[in-house]
Amino acid sequence: MAKIKLSKKSSRIDMTAMCDMAFLLLSFFIMTATAKVPEALPVDTPASTVQTKLPEENLATLTIGKEKVFFGVTGREVRSETLGRMGEKYGVKFSEADKKKFALLDGFGVDIRQMKQLIDMKNEDRMREGTQPGVPYDSINNQLADWVKISREVTKDLDGKDLDIAIKGDAKEEYPTVKKVLDILQKQNKNNFFLVTGLRSDDF
Amino acid sequence: MAELNTGDGGGKKGGGKVRSKKSNPSVDLTAMVDLAFLLITFFILTTTLSKPQSMNLAMPDEPKIDDPVPPETPAWRTLTLVLGSGDKLVWYSGRTDGPPLDGPVVSGYGKTGVRDLILNKKAGVDAKNKADGADLEKSGITIIIKPSKKSNYKNLVDILDEMAITKVKKYAIVDITDADIKFLEDNKIY
Repeated sequence: MAKIKLSKKSSRIDMTAMCDMAFLLLSFFIMTATAKVPEALPVDTPASTVQTKLPEENLATLTIGKEKVFFGVTGREVRSETLGRMGEKYGVKFSEADKKKFALLDGFGVDIRQMKQLIDMKNEDRMREGTQPGVPYDSINNQLADWVKISREVTKDLDGKDLDIAIKGDAKEEYPTVKKVLDILQKQNKNNFFLVTGLRSDDF
Repeated sequence: MAELNTGDGGGKKGGGKVRSKKSNPSVDLTAMVDLAFLLITFFILTTTLSKPQSMNLAMPDEPKIDDPVPPETPAWRTLTLVLGSGDKLVWYSGRTDGPPLDGPVVSGYGKTGVRDLILNKKAGVDAKNKADGADLEKSGITIIIKPSKKSNYKNLVDILDEMAITKVKKYAIVDITDADIKFLEDNKIY
């Protein structure tokens, strides 16, 4: 009977290729992942089981928290054009440099007359809590309605699309504030919008 | 490959001492691969999960002056949820200008709260519609949501979520009336 020859190769597997690939994938994911941007008004969104994704473009976000409302819109051209038209309406002049800097802001919450100071501020000062008092939205001075209206017009002019509106409210926010914002949108016949929520498991 | 050339044979050149042959010092990559895959998993999971979720909400058009008056929904087909303070709500069905058909009763949110009630009411309305031969799609249950000043945004989202879970097709957010506030006050959640 012939003896079975045991091969003397070592049982180690060469993992170099695997390691290479793993790190390649890792670097890919790190680079594509979007870094979390600091928010001007941090809110804790309520959770829901509905999982519709938010659109990533053509979106204006109204952030509601502590009875303040912050406004933000996606797209740099839309931002600077909106600022220009808002300035015209309220009689505030903005230079091209101002508009360029404003286009980098994700959200803001100041009166249009204080916008210049906000633009000139340093980034860390701007994000400090309490610096921005919120966009005025009462019936006498309803700048929020104008921001929404003008940004919708600008989107229509630039892209020919209707701007989507997302409402990002704090879970603890009392209903009257939310109601005021909903009323502003309804008055402009914007009846369909997104409520930003967190994720909740199905057995809620 | 992850092995180092130890240059065997090179030592014999001098003709001096014979060195023992060193074993091939290959580097163990297992731990490194483990770590890399762990990080990959982490990044894959966080990038997809951190996309914000959202829920659609459609409100009715502002009524215009020359619009025809919309047809009234029969009282037995409605269920009103009045959102009060302290994460509690009051429900009733029917109208408030007399005693309601059912209720008013205090309840909580979620699975242990108002869910069974909504499902029961929905099944009841559907059964009656079937018996009457009415169109199930058109004349299903109508839920009226009335958030009070003391309720918060989370309550509203919870109730809208409840509509999605129980698959109620017709619901509306309506302004609160004095009669509804009285129900809340009677139950001490206003």
